[in-house]
Amino acid sequence: MRWAWAFVLSFGFWLLLTWPPGWQELSVGLVAAVVATTFFGRMLRLKTVRRLFDPRRYFWAICYVLVLIYRIFVANLDVAYRVLHPEMPIKPGIVKVKTVLQNEVAKTVLANSITLTPGTLSVDITDDGYLYVHWINVRAMQEEEASSYIVGRFESLLRRIFE
Amino acid sequence: MSEPIGITLIFIGVLFDLLGCIGLIRLPDVYNRLQAATKTVTLGTCLILTGVAVASGTVTIQIKAMLALALVLIASPTAAHALARGAYSLGVKLWEKSVVDRYGEDLGKEGEDEAA
Repeated sequence: MRWAWAFVLSFGFWLLLTWPPGWQELSVGLVAAVVATTFFGRMLRLKTVRRLFDPRRYFWAICYVLVLIYRIFVANLDVAYRVLHPEMPIKPGIVKVKTVLQNEVAKTVLANSITLTPGTLSVDITDDGYLYVHWINVRAMQEEEASSYIVGRFESLLRRIFE
Repeated sequence: MSEPIGITLIFIGVLFDLLGCIGLIRLPDVYNRLQAATKTVTLGTCLILTGVAVASGTVTIQIKAMLALALVLIASPTAAHALARGAYSLGVKLWEKSVVDRYGEDLGKEGEDEAA
């Protein structure tokens, strides 16, 4: 079942990418989907597939994407300001923050979102839920304070989507 | 009508990419440079792809542009994360005026534990 789903998802993705389909696209896609399924199919969990059909999660996912787009714009204006300012106002450092998220996919999305938000870049994550984050303008060195600055605004939305 | 909008979007996207390049040259160390490069290139590329989708007016091209956009949005921060971690584990130092390095402190602690 898992393998069938992995095949359907990867082949469907290929079809969207190469639309309209001809025999060349279909045959190459078939091979590519089989290869992808063979190597990565075991990573797919049926629980994840079932979540694809839960409309509430889509609602929160759309909210999340909107928040993320806003933050990406702010992040870019922030970079523009720091880079174009003659004195380059930066105060960089690596801080440690804690996340309450348990789900692996949620943690991955959180780390990626941190990288796209103003001034922060994920460097490493530990098994017990700590993230090391490079911060271009350190405002709080303590764990709790830094956590609320960096992960606070994403956690509640991500938990609704993934957990 | 949609073509000027698309071209404007592409132009803004290129502008952000340019800012990223300036950041890449001006900022002091690997980690700060990655910060500038990741954020601007992600938004820049996304804007260019959105511009292509708006300007083209063909549904298949629009779907492809949106898929590419989603992939960039996932892959770009992941690559930055891998580069930052790789750089740190190979011993690339932070800029000397950096104010704090909890990562180095914690890694150092583990090293001491192993030594003991």
